[in-house]
Amino acid sequence: MKDRKVTFIEAIRQGLWEEMKRDKSVFIIGEDVGTYGGAFKLTEGFIDEFGPERVIDTPISEAAIVGVACGAALMGMRPVAEFQFIDFISCGFDMLTNYAAKSRYRGCGAIPAVFRGPCGAGVRAGPFHSLNAESFFLNTAGLKMVEPSTPYDAKGLIKAAIRDPDPVLFFEHKKLYRLPRIKQELPEEDYIVPIGKARIARQGRDLSIITFGAQVLNALDAAEILEKQDGLSVEVLDLRTLSPLDKESILETVRKTNRVVILHEASITGGIGGEISAIIAEEAFEWLDAPIIRIGSIDTPVPFAPQLEDYHLPSIEEIVSACRKLAEY
Amino acid sequence: MKVKVNLKKPVKPLSCTKETSLKTSDLIRLYYFLKLTRMFDEITVRLKRQGKITGGVFSSLGQEATAVGTAYALEPQDFIAPLIRDIGACFVKGILPREIFASYLGRATSPNRGTDLQFHFARLEKGFIGPISHLGDMVSVMAGVLLASRMKKENRVAVAYVGEGATSTGAFHEGINFAAVQKLPLITVIENNGYAYSTPTYKQCAAKSFVDKAIGYGILGLQVDGNDVVACYEVMKKAVEYARRESQSVLIEAITYRRKGHAEHDNQAYVPAGEIEWWAENNDPIKRFELFLVEEKVASKEELKKIESEVAEYLEQELEIAESAPPPEPITAAYEVFDNSVVPPAIKKKFLS
Ligand SMILES: Cc1ncc(C[n+]2csc(CCOP(=O)(O)OP(=O)(O)O)c2C)c(N)n1
Repeated sequence: MKDRKVTFIEAIRQGLWEEMKRDKSVFIIGEDVGTYGGAFKLTEGFIDEFGPERVIDTPISEAAIVGVACGAALMGMRPVAEFQFIDFISCGFDMLTNYAAKSRYRGCGAIPAVFRGPCGAGVRAGPFHSLNAESFFLNTAGLKMVEPSTPYDAKGLIKAAIRDPDPVLFFEHKKLYRLPRIKQELPEEDYIVPIGKARIARQGRDLSIITFGAQVLNALDAAEILEKQDGLSVEVLDLRTLSPLDKESILETVRKTNRVVILHEASITGGIGGEISAIIAEEAFEWLDAPIIRIGSIDTPVPFAPQLEDYHLPSIEEIVSACRKLAEY
Repeated sequence: MKVKVNLKKPVKPLSCTKETSLKTSDLIRLYYFLKLTRMFDEITVRLKRQGKITGGVFSSLGQEATAVGTAYALEPQDFIAPLIRDIGACFVKGILPREIFASYLGRATSPNRGTDLQFHFARLEKGFIGPISHLGDMVSVMAGVLLASRMKKENRVAVAYVGEGATSTGAFHEGINFAAVQKLPLITVIENNGYAYSTPTYKQCAAKSFVDKAIGYGILGLQVDGNDVVACYEVMKKAVEYARRESQSVLIEAITYRRKGHAEHDNQAYVPAGEIEWWAENNDPIKRFELFLVEEKVASKEELKKIESEVAEYLEQELEIAESAPPPEPITAAYEVFDNSVVPPAIKKKFLS
């Protein structure tokens, strides 16, 4: 029998494809996205189906890619711009934070554009191909941010992002792209996953790990170990949307378990974990039975050598020991 | 508009320019560096296939002459910022194969301690500043090197190597314009190798040729056959003399060809049939230089073979030195973000004692 389960990258492809079929204003723009089909082959075959007018190969000009997407979006198009690696979003930073983010607020028009690309570390790609960029944009009002961890969510969220009335940064952890472990069968019918809603990836009673992206898998693995070895029931909350944060789901899991670990892959200082823990401290302080623990990468660039990168990144052992500490508290 | 590739066989096999001031010993040295570059490349491809290199391997096959020839015209005090396919320029500036091997292999002995890959490292004492991945960024960094050199009266020129793809970045434009306005002796070498990843030149730039950009910046523009190592040397020599004497920037477009894919995984399906083969057969920079050396009676075929086997032996020794070095200690990841005598290292927190 044919395996009907799809990979993470295939799910994003499907979502994009269906939206381009559904809505003629959707188009793709980026480096090597057309003939080559993208550095990760996410848009392979798109140019054959939709033509070079809607699948546009560009010069190496990220600022212009973002700017052009903004201009087209103002005129009623729905651009999906690709960064070959999210690391190169830095070259489009000005356009994103000054133009895309502020246009609606300034009365100059909405920008319904999606800016997507592969993010994340753990693939031995060194300091310039491993970025998690969310904290750079968390403090920019006017940009939504999404980072799914399952094929179902990836497809549902890319569709929601394309239909969204405002600019959305769509982060795809490259480690998940072809990971067999997370393959899923997807619904036949059209669906979206709403932006701004977290998901409980595992139900639990004793403590909560709040996380997103590829770290969801580490959290689930840690939860499994803690259940087997310590009899602890760990809840895993997958945020899915990073801006605006789903405060209600965050507070709900805190009220349920009273102990929280916040886990992300970006460096700890100035990371999104600080924002989440501030929300919890301000709005659910009396529900806490233990201090909040944040786990992230150490405050260094992402190093290349495996020994260094493994030290840099959060590990399952660390998550397990943090949870044990909380449980004992 | 599609670029028409002329896949006709040249009437006479291509050689190199005969007008040169280079002495026999220099010509032999150039040959040595060309072979070193190509054979280094072959080893990295082998290591990649063996799974020993985890990062990308970006081959310079077919375009070695540009980097080697141009870098050879520099003085020791001059600086270069090479691009990923300019390994030859690194060697000319005195970077050892063992250093680059160690970096590819993520060894503790790499000048970057294993924190970065390829030749993403610097050797300031050798006039070498390695690139970062973000294309175009090195142009203004080299302008800064020259600004300091002028303030300190050090009489340096500097070379920023970029692919033709990188000319589309804002960083390229800002850097080159800045240097031009400040009258800094920056030589920007645009290596036009036909493709930026899968993107052909005509999708990158609407000008007829990249050297035309020089007009817009108000600087001298020179174009050269990038597969003619002698011509590359000569054009750079002219550029360096002019830049130093007049304190002015120069832009050089070297026309060459990328015979391998962007990196190892790229199958080059986007390349028109026969194009790669044409270049391999008719316009290989090493074959051309070999023909030149033999025709001009600089060296015999046997002498060239001898150099090749010396290079092979040398590279295996260098690889052995790099491979036998230890990987970095994990905890060293925490060091050297800042001066650790001022800010402590970012050592990992332990949750349970
Ligand atoms: C600012 C930026 N955007 C995208 C990339 C991804 N990227 C790496 S190499 C490359 C193509 C480079 O082409 P070119 O500059 O012509 O150099 P070549 O590889 O041909 O030597 C691209 C798009 C990058 N490194 N930097």
